[in-house]
Amino acid sequence: MTTYIIRRLIQALIVLIIVTLIVFFVMRLLPGDPIIIYVAQTAQLEAMPPEMIDNLRAQFGLDKPIMVQYVNWVAGIFRGDFGESIFYHEDVGKLMAERFPVTAHIGVLALIVGAILGVIAGLLAAIRRGKWVDKIITPLTYVGITIPVFFLAILMIYLFGLRLGWLPISGYTSPLEDFVKSTRQIIMPVVCMAVFGLAANARQMRSSMLEVTHQDYVRTAWAKGLSERMVIMRHAMKNSLIPVITLMGLGVGMILGGSVLVETIFAIPGVGRLMVSSILGQDYVVVQAITFVIATIVLVVNLIVDISYGWLDPRIRYG
Amino acid sequence: MAEKSGYITGTQEAPPRVSEWRRFRRVFLSRGVVVFGLVVLVLVFFTAIFAHWLAPYDPYKPGVAKSLAQPSWEHPLGSDILGRDTLSRLIYGSRTALMVGFISVTAAGIAGVGLGVIAGYSGGAINLIIMRIMDAILCFPMLILALVMASVLGGGIWNVIIALSIATIPGYARVTCGLTLSLRENDYVLAERAMGSTNFRTMLRHILPNAFPPLIVLMTMQLGGLILAEAGLSFLGIGIEPPGAAWGAMVNSGYQYLLKNPILSFAPCISIMLVVFAFNMVGDGLRDALDPRLRGLL
Repeated sequence: MTTYIIRRLIQALIVLIIVTLIVFFVMRLLPGDPIIIYVAQTAQLEAMPPEMIDNLRAQFGLDKPIMVQYVNWVAGIFRGDFGESIFYHEDVGKLMAERFPVTAHIGVLALIVGAILGVIAGLLAAIRRGKWVDKIITPLTYVGITIPVFFLAILMIYLFGLRLGWLPISGYTSPLEDFVKSTRQIIMPVVCMAVFGLAANARQMRSSMLEVTHQDYVRTAWAKGLSERMVIMRHAMKNSLIPVITLMGLGVGMILGGSVLVETIFAIPGVGRLMVSSILGQDYVVVQAITFVIATIVLVVNLIVDISYGWLDPRIRYG
Repeated sequence: MAEKSGYITGTQEAPPRVSEWRRFRRVFLSRGVVVFGLVVLVLVFFTAIFAHWLAPYDPYKPGVAKSLAQPSWEHPLGSDILGRDTLSRLIYGSRTALMVGFISVTAAGIAGVGLGVIAGYSGGAINLIIMRIMDAILCFPMLILALVMASVLGGGIWNVIIALSIATIPGYARVTCGLTLSLRENDYVLAERAMGSTNFRTMLRHILPNAFPPLIVLMTMQLGGLILAEAGLSFLGIGIEPPGAAWGAMVNSGYQYLLKNPILSFAPCISIMLVVFAFNMVGDGLRDALDPRLRGLL
């Protein structure tokens, strides 16, 4: 187990290095000179003498060879220095520190809602297989994994926001500031982000529960005369949860990707919206930093999932 | 995959021989939702191919109806702010969706399968390098990667196709690599090599055909995801240039008039959902018919 963890860590480190290479070099293919964009936003481009542009280029370190720039960028990350935003003229680290908690607030809630409700729905569908509960839940999970996130958002905005007027259709307030308002504002975004994970978890839970019920140890539990509740909770459910854990890794990626759409629709000042506006504004420093942080989060979550897998299921042997 | 129903095992009587195609057809068409998906796909293909005959109006021409017209006999789905017929734009939008989906899936499939076979067949350092790069690409959520790539390459439908292809290569590479690793241990591969076959020939003639069923299932299911991603990108304003018709962009432009004319956004949303659902269901059906062992894996 220890050797497996060490090997897995080394592997993750290699992947992380490749991630930095991808992020850095993909961004350098950007059409348009970032300095010209920067200048065009701050001053009259024509009025600027070429020496001054060269000075700026040196100031951002863009005059150095590309490998030196790469090393500087990676070294900066270690110091927590992501550079300065071209558009906001602000430290990117600080900018992300403002935006990430917002995305995390909604994303983590969505992850929890999706996991709990998904597991319960899958469990119900499996133990009442073929009955009406299953006949309602299973088709709904199909809808859940195919519905585009923006369709769900627009449907809810139309129904609960515009027609019924129950919920605000946009904006974000910190829960520390005004808890009730904050909660009302994030209900729809959280539901939007949770639905895919909920449906995927429910499907996985249902099929792994159905698989487990045929196993010998479950039959033994029944034969011992345990109640249905005990057999399901203590024996069947525990093992069925393992494949659901793997979906968590996928879920984090889906939520971070979906935040781009959800935050744009609901006008939430999170990382997803910052990403979209930075891409449209060609603020490559910000795009680079966000892309790197998101990829790192996904990498770390998957690493944790992989390692916890062996801990949760001792039958899994690592060679 | 070998058909085993012809075997005589022990004292059991041999089951009647069924042709591979008939067995495939029976399993594939046994589920109602799969048939429904197939019908939807056939209809959408038909619509995309014959868009210029089916569309009642020119989808790009403003002012064929009045601005934001409600559904009527002349314009069954109403019109957008510029007075363009929504139904016609929806019909032309199916071209964009299917085109992006199919070209991306083919490009990613060829590249991913190629890399996967090479990685699995060579093993060692080559396997390690290729698969770690694939792992790294998988760290980026598809929409984020496509968004960044599309913006780097500079919008446009072809750049969206390139971006989506790159984002989906790792899936094929992983599956193919895993399959190749197990397939190359087979005796027929050994026999082929003993006869002096080149590596390239072995990969092409013996490994690939056997890896085909899971790959075709994966591709079908990916198509739904790709169409969803394309819709997401065009919703954000990246991809097809105006006045071109894409479902995601239609949702976005209709969104501003949600209260006045909700059908403007809902119609393309429902189209996207139907097509994605159809591809997923047909993928499910193909999986069960081609190789039920893949259940839970794909």
